Amino acid sequence: MSELRVQIVDYGLGNLFSIRQACLQAGITAEISSTAAGLSEVDGIILPGVGAFGHAMDTLQQRELVEPICAAVSSGKPLLGICLGMQLLLDASEEFGLHRGLGLIPGVVRRLPERRPDGALLRIPAVGWNRIFLNPERSEPEVECGFRDGQWVYFVHSFAAVPERSADILTLTDYEGIRYCSAVRLGHVTGVQFHPERSASGGIAFFRHWAAGLRKRI
Amino acid sequence: MSMVRVIARLDIKGANLVKGIRLEGLRVLGDPDTFARYYYESGADELIYQDAVASLYGRNSLCEIISRTSREIFIPLTVGGGLRSLEDIRQALAAGADKVSLNTAAIADPGLIREASRRFGSSTIVVAIEAGRQANGSWLAFTDNGREHTGVDAVEWAIRAEELGAGEILATSIDREGTGEGFDTDLCSRIASAVKIPVIAHGGAGRAEHVAEVAVKTGVSAVAVSSILHYEAIRTLRPRDSGGGEGNREFLQSGRGVSHVQPCQMRELKRLLLDRGVQCRLEDAA
Repeated sequence: MSELRVQIVDYGLGNLFSIRQACLQAGITAEISSTAAGLSEVDGIILPGVGAFGHAMDTLQQRELVEPICAAVSSGKPLLGICLGMQLLLDASEEFGLHRGLGLIPGVVRRLPERRPDGALLRIPAVGWNRIFLNPERSEPEVECGFRDGQWVYFVHSFAAVPERSADILTLTDYEGIRYCSAVRLGHVTGVQFHPERSASGGIAFFRHWAAGLRKRI
Repeated sequence: MSMVRVIARLDIKGANLVKGIRLEGLRVLGDPDTFARYYYESGADELIYQDAVASLYGRNSLCEIISRTSREIFIPLTVGGGLRSLEDIRQALAAGADKVSLNTAAIADPGLIREASRRFGSSTIVVAIEAGRQANGSWLAFTDNGREHTGVDAVEWAIRAEELGAGEILATSIDREGTGEGFDTDLCSRIASAVKIPVIAHGGAGRAEHVAEVAVKTGVSAVAVSSILHYEAIRTLRPRDSGGGEGNREFLQSGRGVSHVQPCQMRELKRLLLDRGVQCRLEDAA
């Protein structure tokens, strides 16, 4: 089995160390790099991120990473966006004004609502463990998703993706009565709102599944 | 009711896991890695490492413990104790912490919360409040493990910390910490209703029922527990005394139990929470 080569895109945001350790645990040796040079060489790309959408896009632009990431994806390279990295996959975000995203998955990013359906205040950011449920519309077997239906994962976020086409939604999550998209997939582009690297053994299993998908392409 | 996280809190002094009463009189309990791995495997939602001496000379060993932990434990890790600057925070995060908790330095310079949350993201910054109950029924914030009086009202400080960009509040009752008498539920309620960000209750769990009580009564989003978990882990793991570092090792060597705490394993604790109607994550296998 040949060694997988994965790049974690470093643009100054997010705990890259945790992602790298989780990858190692899943049998992936991931390089952390802030340049576009290696993107065409690797088998897969991980786009992490914590913080503000606009700032993240600005930083990606400044480091001249936007075009190379999009080019790598259109050449068929699998991309995994984690947390803010998932939100960046969409067309735009309404976080502090309107900001353009990478536009790899049609849709926008919106703030979670202030209140629950029963009128009580919603605690934001949503921090903690929650379950993910497979989008019934996709009727994709668990083994192809990389997740178990109802699996527990760890979230930290205030915004969530609203994909234009419900078929791009991979999993859904209910936070205090608010149902939102917790993972997306369109072809070889996958995004997860939660942190698989902090989601115990189920998160590691997801990285393993993603790696198996990369191996099939080599 | 919302989902409640159960966080295992490990107070660390030098190379050892320690536990005191009211943040004082620290007993050496063993090697923190062994405890951390056990809590991870038994379903802890997060870990908090608190440097109990919060001094610079212990920093390297804490960073080593953090990086060992983050290699094998895949749940969020919050690190606190003695972090005084953006550079200290950066180092803790680079070593593998997911979040940092700030107390003394944030009270001395509240601007640190704003700068740190801007630079590292709000969700990375936990403000720890060590609250001491006053005769008039209010609580004042203390620093340096409950030793230094600041004159700042604890509830007002929580509100201010939220405004400055804190992502969570860790509310410690100094009066209850390590006593096993139960949480200060009034304090937890006051802070949880004063802010919108998640609040972690800490200090006083002596039985699993205390954890259920604070989760049911107060609106906190998480509960940090140490004694009841540590004394159960000691019984199950029978950790070897590594012999390193300073501290009171008499307890560990004596093999005695403790009277003020009813030890409880993480999974049992979560089962009790579910029985009491508190939602929490309980998996068949970690």
